[in-house]
Amino acid sequence: MLAKRIIPCLDVRDGRVVKGINFKDLNDVSSPVELAARYSDGGADELVFYDITASAEGRRLFTDILRETAERVFIPLTVGGGINDLGDFDRVLKCGADKVSVNSGAIRDPSLIGAAAKRYGSQCVVLSADVKRVKGSFHIFAKGGRTDTGIPAIDWIRRAAESGAGEIVVNSIDTDGVKQGFDLEMLNAVCEAVSVPVVASGGAGKIEDFLELFQKIPGVDAGLAASIFHFGTVEIGELKRRLLENGIPARL
Amino acid sequence: MIAIVDYGLGNLFSLQRSLRYIGQESVITADPSALEQAEKIILPGVGAFGDAAERLQKTGLGQAVVAQAEAGKPLLGICLGMQLLFEKGYEFGEHEGLGLIPGTVEEIVVPDRRRYKLPQMGWNSLRLLKKHPLFAGVKEGDYVYFVHSFHGCRCEDSVIAVTDYGIPVTAAAARDNVWGTQFHPEKSGPVGLAILQAFAEQEGTP
Repeated sequence: MLAKRIIPCLDVRDGRVVKGINFKDLNDVSSPVELAARYSDGGADELVFYDITASAEGRRLFTDILRETAERVFIPLTVGGGINDLGDFDRVLKCGADKVSVNSGAIRDPSLIGAAAKRYGSQCVVLSADVKRVKGSFHIFAKGGRTDTGIPAIDWIRRAAESGAGEIVVNSIDTDGVKQGFDLEMLNAVCEAVSVPVVASGGAGKIEDFLELFQKIPGVDAGLAASIFHFGTVEIGELKRRLLENGIPARL
Repeated sequence: MIAIVDYGLGNLFSLQRSLRYIGQESVITADPSALEQAEKIILPGVGAFGDAAERLQKTGLGQAVVAQAEAGKPLLGICLGMQLLFEKGYEFGEHEGLGLIPGTVEEIVVPDRRRYKLPQMGWNSLRLLKKHPLFAGVKEGDYVYFVHSFHGCRCEDSVIAVTDYGIPVTAAAARDNVWGTQFHPEKSGPVGLAILQAFAEQEGTP
């Protein structure tokens, strides 16, 4: 039985981790390399680096830290942010990414997913979808969740999977940051629509939220979160032990 | 020196980095004669069986790998590289493999495709069927990282570990100096590094 994956996500700007990080015994808490090694040793099943850099210089710093991280971390590494064409896929894959996550790039050019899947294989292509309810239906949002594209989310996700996306990260804007649990209704709708792995994102505030996620929506393969791991609100080892106690397969 | 066979498929750098991390020198090479010089050979790969088999054939790398393996040099196939060690593959038609391990490569027949999605992508635990030097640093139930839809079949004599995915899925196979892992040791954390270490310490059978 596959283990349910627990995935910390690091937002990186100009090669440094942004958002608060609270590891007391870590010298450089904004070093993505240090944090990645810490999470890897601490039992994370995969890491996501999200590049929120805007400048070319920042992008170069990002690929440098990616390369450095890949020297020390031997679990799967997913990279997202600023992926707009096959050249971007190539750039991060050469630096050590195992999977590449596309979001706005696929909205601008829907053929990107198919082209990337053909060149690198579906296992390498992740669709990251920012989804929010608008008048009772799910819409895809762009630009970091600020703009309603009007695209019906479930259709979009289904089409992406059919074009070759090998995994879907569903980020619920409605529950993101609220820390009251994952968006089970939205995740259930996505799991009904696709047969590729689904990663839940947005809303985790405590261990029980992960238990509820995996118990109520068995189709979800992984839970992704950022600040609760960075601040030590949820410790990954403890989370995994609780999953196992509740009969949910986890890798300790 | 370990030669990593480069036939144009897959990301070989993470494999090289993990070998460097455990103190093993390696070279990524597309030169069949370089395989003669190497002490050990790793055949990696992701992608489709037929395309890979054709590339190995065209470049002469396939023949070189077979010759070295038959001479007793330690060989490790990883993921698609392991599948290529078998006699035949049935991904998009029938294709000849390297034939170093008896068996075929077929799609995993899961009992329930909603519950057991394909590809199998993620961490699954090992059930060790035989004592083998590859598992010197591995315990029963240890998790390793898989990404695949096909696996070794009709290879009962050489399977050394399986993983349960609705059915027993071939996770590792070995025949004398030829070993293979369906999972990615270079992405399997400390357990994976221990497996690479075990291979690196293996002596050939001259």
